[in-house]
Amino acid sequence: MMSSSFNIYRVGISFVMMCIFYKSAVDSLSELSPQKYFSTLQPGKASLAYFCQADSPRTSIFLEELNEAVKPLQDFGISVAKVNCVKEETSRYCGKEKDLMKVYLFRGNILLREFPTDTLFDVNAIIAHVLFALLFNEVKYITTLEDLQNIENSLKGKANIAFSYVRAIGTPEHRAVMEAAFVYGTTYQFVLTTEIALLESIGTEAIENAHFYFFHCKQVLDLTQQCRRTLMEQPLATLNIHRFIKTMEAPLLTEVAEDPQQVSTVHLQLGLPLVFIVSQQATHEADRRTAEWVAWRLLGKAGVLLLLRDSLEVDIPQHANVVFRRAEEGAPVEFLVLHDTELIISRVEGNTHIEEMQEDEDEDMQSPDMDIQDDEVAETVYRHRKTQLPLELTVELTEETFNATVVASDSIVLFYAGWQAVSMAFLQSYIDLAIKLKGTSTLLLTRVNCADWSDLCTKQNVTEFPVVKMYKEGKHPVSYAGMLGTEDLLKFILLNRISCPVNITSVQEAEEYLSGELYKDLVPYSSVSVLGLFSPNMTIAKEDFTKAGNYLRGFVITGIYSEEDVLILSNKYGATLPALLLARHKEGKVESIPFANSRVQDIVQIVTNALLETFPEITVENLPVYLRLQKPLLILFSDGSINPQYTKAILTLVKEKHLDSLTPCWLNLKNTPAGRGILQTYFNALPPLPLIVVVNLHSGGQVFAFPSEQAITEQNLLLWLKKLEAGLESPITILPAQEWKPPLPAYDFLSMMDAAASQHPTRKEPECTKETNMQKNDKQQHEDKRSLLLFF
Amino acid sequence: MSLLAAAGLWGPPGLLLTFALHPALCLRPAPTSGPPHRDYCVLGAGPAGLQMAYFLQRAGRDYAVFERAPRPGSFFTRYPRHRKLISINKRHTGKANAEFNLRHDWNSLLSHDPRLLFRHYSSAYFPDAGDMVRYLDDFADRLGLHVLYNTTIAHVTLNKDRQAWNGHYFLLTDQMGHAHRCSVLLVATGLSVPNQVDFPGSEYTEGYESVSVDPKDFEGQNVLILGRGNSAFETAENILGVTNFIHMLSRSRVRLSWATHYVGDLRAINNGLLDTYQLKSLDGLLESDLTDLAIVKDREGKFRVTLKFFLEEGNQSTDAITLPQDDNDNFAMRVAYDRVIRCLGWNFDFSIFDKSLRLSSGGEFSKKYPLVKASYESKGSRGLFVLGTASHSVDYRKSAGGFIHGFRYTARAVHRLLEHRHHGVAWPSTEHPVSQLTSSIVRRINEASGLYQMFGVLADVVLLKENATAFEYLEELPVQMLAQLETITGRRARHGLFVINMEYGRNFSGPDKDVFFHDRSVGHTEDAWQSNFLHPVIYYYRHLPTEQEVRFRPADWALPRPTAIHHIVEDFLTDWTAPVGHILPLRRFLENCLDTDLRSFYAESCFLFALTHQKLPPFCQQGYLRTQGLVGTESLRRHGEERRFPQGYATVGRRREDGAQGPEGGPLAPGPPLLQPHDSNKEEL
Repeated sequence: MMSSSFNIYRVGISFVMMCIFYKSAVDSLSELSPQKYFSTLQPGKASLAYFCQADSPRTSIFLEELNEAVKPLQDFGISVAKVNCVKEETSRYCGKEKDLMKVYLFRGNILLREFPTDTLFDVNAIIAHVLFALLFNEVKYITTLEDLQNIENSLKGKANIAFSYVRAIGTPEHRAVMEAAFVYGTTYQFVLTTEIALLESIGTEAIENAHFYFFHCKQVLDLTQQCRRTLMEQPLATLNIHRFIKTMEAPLLTEVAEDPQQVSTVHLQLGLPLVFIVSQQATHEADRRTAEWVAWRLLGKAGVLLLLRDSLEVDIPQHANVVFRRAEEGAPVEFLVLHDTELIISRVEGNTHIEEMQEDEDEDMQSPDMDIQDDEVAETVYRHRKTQLPLELTVELTEETFNATVVASDSIVLFYAGWQAVSMAFLQSYIDLAIKLKGTSTLLLTRVNCADWSDLCTKQNVTEFPVVKMYKEGKHPVSYAGMLGTEDLLKFILLNRISCPVNITSVQEAEEYLSGELYKDLVPYSSVSVLGLFSPNMTIAKEDFTKAGNYLRGFVITGIYSEEDVLILSNKYGATLPALLLARHKEGKVESIPFANSRVQDIVQIVTNALLETFPEITVENLPVYLRLQKPLLILFSDGSINPQYTKAILTLVKEKHLDSLTPCWLNLKNTPAGRGILQTYFNALPPLPLIVVVNLHSGGQVFAFPSEQAITEQNLLLWLKKLEAGLESPITILPAQEWKPPLPAYDFLSMMDAAASQHPTRKEPECTKETNMQKNDKQQHEDKRSLLLFF
Repeated sequence: MSLLAAAGLWGPPGLLLTFALHPALCLRPAPTSGPPHRDYCVLGAGPAGLQMAYFLQRAGRDYAVFERAPRPGSFFTRYPRHRKLISINKRHTGKANAEFNLRHDWNSLLSHDPRLLFRHYSSAYFPDAGDMVRYLDDFADRLGLHVLYNTTIAHVTLNKDRQAWNGHYFLLTDQMGHAHRCSVLLVATGLSVPNQVDFPGSEYTEGYESVSVDPKDFEGQNVLILGRGNSAFETAENILGVTNFIHMLSRSRVRLSWATHYVGDLRAINNGLLDTYQLKSLDGLLESDLTDLAIVKDREGKFRVTLKFFLEEGNQSTDAITLPQDDNDNFAMRVAYDRVIRCLGWNFDFSIFDKSLRLSSGGEFSKKYPLVKASYESKGSRGLFVLGTASHSVDYRKSAGGFIHGFRYTARAVHRLLEHRHHGVAWPSTEHPVSQLTSSIVRRINEASGLYQMFGVLADVVLLKENATAFEYLEELPVQMLAQLETITGRRARHGLFVINMEYGRNFSGPDKDVFFHDRSVGHTEDAWQSNFLHPVIYYYRHLPTEQEVRFRPADWALPRPTAIHHIVEDFLTDWTAPVGHILPLRRFLENCLDTDLRSFYAESCFLFALTHQKLPPFCQQGYLRTQGLVGTESLRRHGEERRFPQGYATVGRRREDGAQGPEGGPLAPGPPLLQPHDSNKEEL
C-alpha cells in the first residue's frame, strides 16, 4: 500500500520542525541518464522524474520551479531527478518531440502518474499534484453533496473528517491541504472538493478561495445526527492547518483547580488565549454545560477550561466568573465579570465592548433577562398603557350602583381587574365593541373594576378575571363563555336579542325562519338556524328542547314549533316527531334529525355538532372547536381564497368516506397570517402554495406533506392518503412533544438567604457600621447573583 | 359550539344535601331534663364575643353570648381611662376597595353590613372610647345577635358525656345559680384583672383603674409611675404639664411600637414623656425590677423608694428604714414622691374556671394569658376556645391578635375550624385553573386585610391539584396549624402547596433597632429577600410539612424551611401590582416551582402553538382550547407584531433544527415567541 511507504513521517513528527527544514534546504536537481535513473529507483520509494531532450535548454521556468521543489519533495521522501534522454539510451519516457516532454511519478519502478509540464506550473502545483497522486486513498476528491454525506455517514462514530474546498488543484491552498494530509492523512479522513456549489449547500457564507472544515464525526453515535462542524477561520496555509488540527485534537474542556497563571495547555503553545470559566461545587453541573457551550463556540480560537473555585489554593476575586489569559508570556491574567456568554466570545474574537469588573458598580450587574417581560399580553398592555381609551362608552358600576343598574336595564357586565394584563387587554376589545354598538344596542354595556369593588365581584361569584355576564330581565345572570374578543362577544350580544328558542306560531313563519328571512340581520352570526318540531302534547321533549335552546342562547338561533299543523312541516322535511330541523343558510339546505328520547345534553350536543362544517376554513377563532374532534387535521394552505376544484376534490373524498378519520379544513393565509409561522415550522422555509398537510396533533405529532409536484386531485390525494394509512409516507417533521417549561429561572432567594445566614446577618447594616461591611455586602450580592442562576 | 358553564341546569343538587343534613341536625342529643343546652356559648360581649356571635349567627348555629354588663363592650365604658383609643380610624385611603380599607380601619368588626363600619361612628383618627361603646351596641343590635346581658358566669365546669361533641359538656353557672350547658365554649372575656406586683408598700400605690384623670389633682406634685406600657404613658401624658416631674419606673427598657412594629408597644401618640425626658426637662425614665423595691411613707406623708432588702433587715420604724441614698448619695429616686401610680396592665381572669378545665396560664411569653394552641383551642380541654385579647398568647409582641383589627380575623378562623369540625363544612375555598394562579395571589396580597393585620399568624394557602393544572385557594389559615391542614380544613394537600404570608424583614423590628437607617428600603427585585418593610413572602412546599417540621423550624422563620421561597419586594405604597417589579418575578417563581410556563398568550399565539406543538402552555389549554382565548384588539396586536412577527414565527420554526445540531445539544423547551433571549444558556453563567 502506498501509505506504508511514508512510515517515516508519522503524525508525531513536529510539523513545525519539518517546515523549517525544507525552507533552509539548498539541494539542487540531479541530472541523470535514463539508465542511471532507473537504476536508482528503490522499491517502495517515490520518485519524480522530468524527462527531457539532452539538447533542450538548460534553463526554463519549469526547471526553476522543479528545482525549487526538490527539497520539499525530498522532505516527503520523494526524490526528484532530471533525466536527459540521450540518443544512445532511448527510453519510452523520452518523448518524441521537444514539446511533449513530460514529468513522471514512480513508486519503485512502477509508474504512477504522468504530468504534462504545464500542469506543474509552479512549485506549489508540483508539490500539490505529487502529493495528491501519492495520497490517493487518504484524500477523497468529491464533487457532490451526496458524496460528502456518504463519507460522513460511513465515518460516524469512527473517525473525524478534514474537509476542504480549494478553488483549483495545484493552488498554494491545495498544496497546504496536501501537506497536511501527508501528516494527518492516516488519522483523519481528508476530503477535498473544488465545487463551489457543494460548499454553498453545506451553508458556508461568504465563500472565498479556500475553506477548511473539521467535521467532528467520531463522537456521533446516532446516525441520524449530523456531525458538528468547525470552520477554520485563518487563511488556508500549512501552519494554520497544523495549528487548527492541534486544537481540534486537544480536549474540548479541561477541568483545573490550579492557579490560572500556572496552567499550560497546547493552546498557549499554539499562541491561542485561554478562557477559564469559574465554577463552584454548587453550580458545577450548569457551569460545565455553559463552559462546554463556550468551548464549542471558541474551538480553534481559544482553550476553554473549567476552574473549580472551591478547590483552588489561590485567591481569585469573589465576583469574577471568567478568567482570561493571553498567550503572550507574562501577560497578566484578567479577572472578568461577564453576564453573557456572547461577551466571552466577543472578548476572544477581539471585539472589546466588555464590562470590566468594577468594585462599586454592582447596580447594573444583574442578569437583565429575568426582568424583561416575556409575557406578550402583559407586554403589549404595558406598552399601550398611555393610550386613552374611550372608557366613557361603557358605564362604570360601583357597589352602590350595581344592583340598581342591572335591575333597571338589561346589561352586559365586564368584571375585570385594573392590574391584570389579560383583563386590560380584553377591556380594549370591550371598548371596541361599545364603539361598534354605539347607539344601537338595547343592552347596557357596563364594567366593574374588581380591584376597586372586590366585595361586589365576590358577591357576583366572580373570582377570576376577566368575566362577562349578561343580566337580563331580572333573570339569573348568564356567563359568557366564548372567545374574549370583539367579534365573538358582538355575536353573543346580537343573538341574545331574540329569546331562544323563539316561539314560531305558523307554518309560514316557520318557513321564513328556516329560509333565514325572519331574522335576516342575525343570520350572518348564526350559520345554522335550529327549529324544533313537536306535537302539542310532547311536553317533556319541548321542555328539554327549551332548556337546550336557553343554554345555546347567544351562540345559535333556535326556534320551536308545536302547533296542531306541525305535520305539514314534518312531512315536508321528512321528519318524525319530535325532530330538529337544521337550516344551513350558506348552503341553503334544511336537514332533519330525529331526537326522540334525547335529553338536554344530547340536544345541545346534536346542535353543537351540526354547527361544524365538513370542510371549514380554519381560523384562530374556530380551531378549538375542530380540535375537539380529536382527529388529525388535513389542512390545505392557500394564499387567498381556495380554488373551487380543490374544494370539490376534498368534498368528494369526504362524501366517499375517505376522510372519516381526519378533520379536513383549509387555511387562508390572507385571513390567518399565523399560518405562515406554521408553514415555516413544517417546512423551514415558506413553500409555494397551495399545499396540503396532514397534522397528527393528538398522537405522535407527525406532519406529512402532500407532494407539491403532484396536482391536487381526488385520485392523487386518495393515493397519498392510502400510502399514509399504510405507513409508507415519512413525516416531514415531528412536532415537539415537550411540556412548556419556565421560560427563565427565578431568583433563588433560599440560597441567597442561606449564604447570608452563613456569612453575616441578613439585615442591611446601619450607616455607622456600613464602611466595614460594605465590601462584604458587595461580595455577598455577587455571590447571590451567581447562585441565582441555579434554581433548585 | 362551546359548552356553556351553567351548573345546576340539570337538577339542583342543593336540595338533596339539605335533606341529608336534616336528620343529622336532629340527632343532636336532646336536652333530657338537665340545664338548657347550647351548641356554642360565648363568654363576653366585647368585640371578640360579638364578632364570634356574628359568624355563628350567619351560619345559623345554636349559640348564646353571656355578658355580665347590661350592654356590650363594658371594658370600653371605663377604659382607656383618658378615653382616647389608640387604634386608628382611617376614613380615607384614596381607594374604594372595602377589603383593602379594612387594613387601615382598626376598630370595625367584620360584617356584611357596610353601615357597621367604624368610620360612620367617629371622625377622629384616634377615636373616643365612647364611640366604641356606641358602635358595639349598634353591632349587637343591628345584627340581632343573641346576647344574654346582666348574666355573670360565676363558674365554669366540665361534665363528661360520651354523647357530647367533645366528650364533655361545659357547664356554666350564672350569678342566679342557673346552669347552662354548652358543647363548645368560646371565651372572649378579655383581660379584666389589673396586674398587681406585690412589694412592701404596694398598698400606697394608686391603680390606673382608679386614679384620678383630672390634671388639677396633680398640680405641683412629684409623681412616680410604675410601668412603661401605653396606660403608663397615657397617664403621664395627661398630667405632664401640671406636675413638677414624672418619673417612670419599669423593669425593662421602653419598647417603641414604631421600632418593634407591634401595636401593643408604646405608641407615638402617648410618648410625650420621652420627648421631655430626652430634652432635659425634669421628667425621666428608670429601669429596675419592681419586686426588688419597697415604698415607705415618710413623716410628711410623702413616698420614699427604697429596696426591699433594706426592709428585711429588721423591724424598724418608718423613719429608721435605710434608704439607698444613705449609702449612695446620688441614688436616682432619692426624691420624695407625692403619688405613686401603678399602670402595670391586666391579666386574664382565671378564677371562674374549674380545675377540671385545665385552663392554665403561663403561655410562652406571659402569664397573663391562658395557654392555647395555634388553633386558639385550650391545651387543657377540647372544645374550649379563647378569643379576642385573651387569645394573644399566640402572637404576643408579634402580630395583632390581641387587638380588634387582628382578632376579628382569628375569630373568623376559629369559626371556620368549628364549621368543619362539627358541621362538615370544609374550609371555604375557590378552585381555579393554574393559569389563574399568579392573579389569585396578586389579588390577595394587594387587598387582603386579614393577611396584612395578622401577618405571620394567618396566611393564605394554595393547594395544588394533581399535575398542578388547578388549585384551591384557602384564605387566612392559622399558619402554625399548617401540618394539620387536612384535618382542620377538610381539604386535601397531596400535590404540593404555596403559603402566602406577610413578613417584616428579619432583624428589622426590635426595641433597640434603628428603623430609619439609611438605605433601609430595597428597590431591586433581586434583593427582595432583604426587604425590611412588611411584604408578601410565598413559600412553596412539595409536601405538607409535618408537625415536627413546624415546631422545630429554624429560629426566625415564620414557617418551616420550604422547597423554595419568594419575596415580593417591599413597596412604599404597599401596592404590589407593578408588572415587572412585582408580578413578573412572582410568575417566574411560580413557574419554576411548578415547572411550567404561566405566561398569558393571545389567541393567535395559542393557535400557532396548537398547530406546531403537541402540548400547549396552560394559559392556551385552559383558555383558548376551551374557546375562551384572548383575541386582543387590532392596535394591541399591532404592538405585538412590531416585536414579534415575523421574527417570532421564524424562531419557532428554526428551533427544531437548532435543537438538533446547535451547541446546546439537548432539545429545547417549546419556545416562547416573544423576546426569547437568543441564547438560553446565558443565565447559567
